[in-house]
Amino acid sequence: MRNSKRLAPLAALSVLALALAACGGGGGTSTAPGGGDAANNLTDRGPITYVQGKDNNNVWRPLIDKWNAAHANEQVTFKEQTTSADQQHDDLVQNFQAKNVNYDVASVDVIWTAEFAAKGWLQPLKDQMAIDTSKMLPATVKSATYQDTLYAAPQASDGGMLYYRKDLVPNPPKTWDEMMSMCSVAKANNIGCYAGQFAKYEGLTVNAAEAINSAGGTILGKDGKPSLGTPEAKAGLQNLVTAYKDGNIPKEAITFKEEDSRTAFESGQLLFLRNWPYIYSLLKTDGASAVKDTFAIAPLPGKDGPGASSLGGHNMAVSVYSKHKATALDFVKYVTSAEQQTFFATQATLAPVLTSLYDDPALIAKLPYLPVLKTSIENAVPRPVTPFYPAVTKAIQDNAYAAIKGDKSVDQALTDMGGAISSAAQ
Amino acid sequence: MSSATMKPAVLTTAPKTAARNRARWASSRTYISAVLIFIWCLLPFYWMVVTAFRDVGYTFDTTPWITHFTWDNFVTAFSTSLGNHFGQALLNSLFIGLVVTVIGLLFGVFAAYALARLNFRFKFLVLGFILGASMFPGVAIVTPLFQLFTNIGWIGSYQALIIPNISFVLPLTVYTLTSFFREMPWELEESARIDGCTQGQAFRKVIMPLAAPAVFTTAILAFISSWNEFLIASQMSNDQTQTVTVAIASFAGSQPHQEPYTAIMAAGTIVVIPLVIMVLIFQRKIVAGLTAGAVK
Amino acid sequence: MSTDATELPVETAASPKQRRPLPRGESADRKATTQGRWAATLIVPAMVVLAVVIVYPVINAIIMSFQHDSGLDPATGFYVAGGFAGVANYVHWLAQQCNTSGGGTVGCAPGTLGSQFWSATGTTFFFAVVTVVLETVLGFWMAVIMARVFRGRSALRAAVLVPWAIPTAVTAKLWVFIFAFEGIANKIFGTSILWTGSNGPARFAIIIADVWKTTPFMALLILAGLQIIPAEVYEAAKVDGASAWQRFTQITLPLVKPALMVAVLFRALDALRMYDLPAIMTGGANGTTTLSVLVVNQIRQGFNSAAALSTITFIIIFIVAFIFVRFLGANAVASSTPSEKGKTK
Repeated sequence: MRNSKRLAPLAALSVLALALAACGGGGGTSTAPGGGDAANNLTDRGPITYVQGKDNNNVWRPLIDKWNAAHANEQVTFKEQTTSADQQHDDLVQNFQAKNVNYDVASVDVIWTAEFAAKGWLQPLKDQMAIDTSKMLPATVKSATYQDTLYAAPQASDGGMLYYRKDLVPNPPKTWDEMMSMCSVAKANNIGCYAGQFAKYEGLTVNAAEAINSAGGTILGKDGKPSLGTPEAKAGLQNLVTAYKDGNIPKEAITFKEEDSRTAFESGQLLFLRNWPYIYSLLKTDGASAVKDTFAIAPLPGKDGPGASSLGGHNMAVSVYSKHKATALDFVKYVTSAEQQTFFATQATLAPVLTSLYDDPALIAKLPYLPVLKTSIENAVPRPVTPFYPAVTKAIQDNAYAAIKGDKSVDQALTDMGGAISSAAQ
Repeated sequence: MSSATMKPAVLTTAPKTAARNRARWASSRTYISAVLIFIWCLLPFYWMVVTAFRDVGYTFDTTPWITHFTWDNFVTAFSTSLGNHFGQALLNSLFIGLVVTVIGLLFGVFAAYALARLNFRFKFLVLGFILGASMFPGVAIVTPLFQLFTNIGWIGSYQALIIPNISFVLPLTVYTLTSFFREMPWELEESARIDGCTQGQAFRKVIMPLAAPAVFTTAILAFISSWNEFLIASQMSNDQTQTVTVAIASFAGSQPHQEPYTAIMAAGTIVVIPLVIMVLIFQRKIVAGLTAGAVK
Repeated sequence: MSTDATELPVETAASPKQRRPLPRGESADRKATTQGRWAATLIVPAMVVLAVVIVYPVINAIIMSFQHDSGLDPATGFYVAGGFAGVANYVHWLAQQCNTSGGGTVGCAPGTLGSQFWSATGTTFFFAVVTVVLETVLGFWMAVIMARVFRGRSALRAAVLVPWAIPTAVTAKLWVFIFAFEGIANKIFGTSILWTGSNGPARFAIIIADVWKTTPFMALLILAGLQIIPAEVYEAAKVDGASAWQRFTQITLPLVKPALMVAVLFRALDALRMYDLPAIMTGGANGTTTLSVLVVNQIRQGFNSAAALSTITFIIIFIVAFIFVRFLGANAVASSTPSEKGKTK
């Protein structure tokens, strides 16, 4: 293997000729559903590779070491991608397109699952490959399901929460309108009122979808076609637009990603912040944090009660090109077991996918935000589950951004959003 | 260096005061410009260094000098237990950069000599072809190339990183060297041949020293271009062969979504050091080329 | 400069011989054959590498650009190959037409990539022109200073290269950090500008970052060009009473022109393919989507259409390069005019 690689230029030239003739590149042509690669190697065991983005909290290495100690003939190799979600996506696409047999199990962001499933790259988890999802949070299972078939196992979840200053607002707002009425407190203290992530990137899709879903609207209907022409959808986006126009959302928020918004809240510049659970421990421990003891959390505010968070997190999928799918499935079951999910929650502050863990008193003692997060995820709506997600999210971002900035009316933005989503699906 | 201090001294001994003032004015203008260039080039870098030495808990502090000093970011960058391969990646980038520079320059000198010095048909086509290679969006080349390298089992190998980089630097090396070779006094090569040198010897002993500034400049440009390459490296490398750019892109905060700015800035600071050393070495060569030219 | 270019005999394959008289003692024919053989040997290594790494992927991409992207089969919910598309992908971009459910086409709605082609082309040219001009001027200034003899010159040369030595991905992160709302730029200037939040500042931020990063490239190439100008030429001109400005326009500029033109040409080619800085600093928001950013976004939605866009980009860049070489004298093989050669002696 190594020696053959040394025959560099010669091999390249000869293959060049062959490849030019075959011209087998690039296109992302799919395999037939159900058949072909998906029917192969279901009972084979052997070494596999697990691929995911950077392991922030250093939890995967110990977990994989433990697995390897118990499975001498089914060793798992850990392949880490870069930290950027876009790069992880592109890397997976490249390797699936090239039918790489070494990408056995991959961590797939909830928003990519439908796309990869429709491309025929993910092993359907049914029949002998089935897993038990009855104990998992329903929203997470939904995010891993495409056309009524489960294509991945929920592995880690994530939901938005409302961080607020309990020294200024003793009782958190339950609805959006209530929150807006509390903005006078922010004004009196000369700080910004509310912020989420409104820069033009995936975070804006998350926030815009939350606004629309919380107001009772939906982005895609059951038929996969845009359903943005409703008064509810309009009310949702209008909430953000009005708040930005009124200054309740500070003007700099259109440059905010997760970290900028955390910095603003951390330095005491914001009354309310929508963010993921990851900032909880940072707010408590960061040297620069001015709100260590003065912040608290609540579910996102909605129309009449808790709002609809967008669902974050990752699913674990088995590649159809894997040569050792039985081992791959066992590894997936191992990672999603209660024991490992508890380990993730305590060591990595990753939101578990098993419902029971959110009520575990021992775990709650360690992670005080779990009950709030449970409400968040129970009310969460997955971002549109569609194979055209990259185009759909672009349509949402571009038009929501223009609406928030005031470059176009809410009606126009929703019309354009719908039009762009429709043409993406053709 | 001694000549640098000599020259103004010579000028100031000029008899006329007007000339002396003019020389003084000229040299102070040079210094003012130099200081401005220093500030322009180094101020953002300074901010990078300041951030590199800052405690991660104070990442977004805007005090213009180092506060909350720590070495942790450098430790983090090199920490293999966190899955960072920065040390290995530095070696990989150095190795890949050197190979790319040497081969790229060798091929470049060959081609440039032919283009500048020899008469042959289709020269214009060859030049167009070479230039055309830097016109296609690099991002669109990666996908087909990835398929090709997968088919021949090159993914994760050094040659999968080296060969594309050579092709990326070749257009530049060929064009720069050609344009410089055109300006060389080739009569000297002719006379060297009359003195009994072979064409190769004449080229090496007469032309190369004169072309040294161009060759070393091109070498620096080629090396840095390879050193900075990310697109190919991110797709074609693995843990063992990844380059610094990929290693840095793999840095992670202690939490998902957290941007590890301080560690990235620490790594960015380290990455500059080998380059600065290399430039300090090579820039002597540029001066050497200059004096050789003057001797002529 | 332009008058200069008209004097230059633009060399093509048809007129290689008017350049230099052949050495005595060898017949022209024999000489040409030997030289041709030599030339082929010397050029082959470079051509082979380029063929594998550039030509193969480019041809592949061009072929793919005539195929439809795979589409969803409504019956199964799976992607199926799109089939031959003719020039549909090209029409999609150039006419900004998107498909409708009925099978026809309509103008692409805002928020689709197709609706951004012409604005991205404009943005790309805007960035390319502004950054290349600024980099040329600044680079020339830096090169002239670096070429002077003064204490601290080597330190200056090292300092100038620092911005270029930092990988672009890190540079982009550094500038994101600097231009954050609560970042150091707003702090130093006492402003509260949304650097990445509106068109003007976002473009300004990207231009600053690009100019900072790549001026050293220009400066170094121009410096090398300055180095091969013999000092005697300046001395002679001084004796003749030429002013500093005359020396600059009549000696420095013409003699450094070949190097300068190569530097400008390659900078322009790179600037027209600018990706990292806008992608990382603004994500293409607020009028900063360049053609390369559009290509990457499109690759995520379908490679074949992205291949068509890449080919269009290639053709645009080709035209620019052709104009450079043909009309501005950025031709590496067209040497200085004989009169200039004479001046250097």
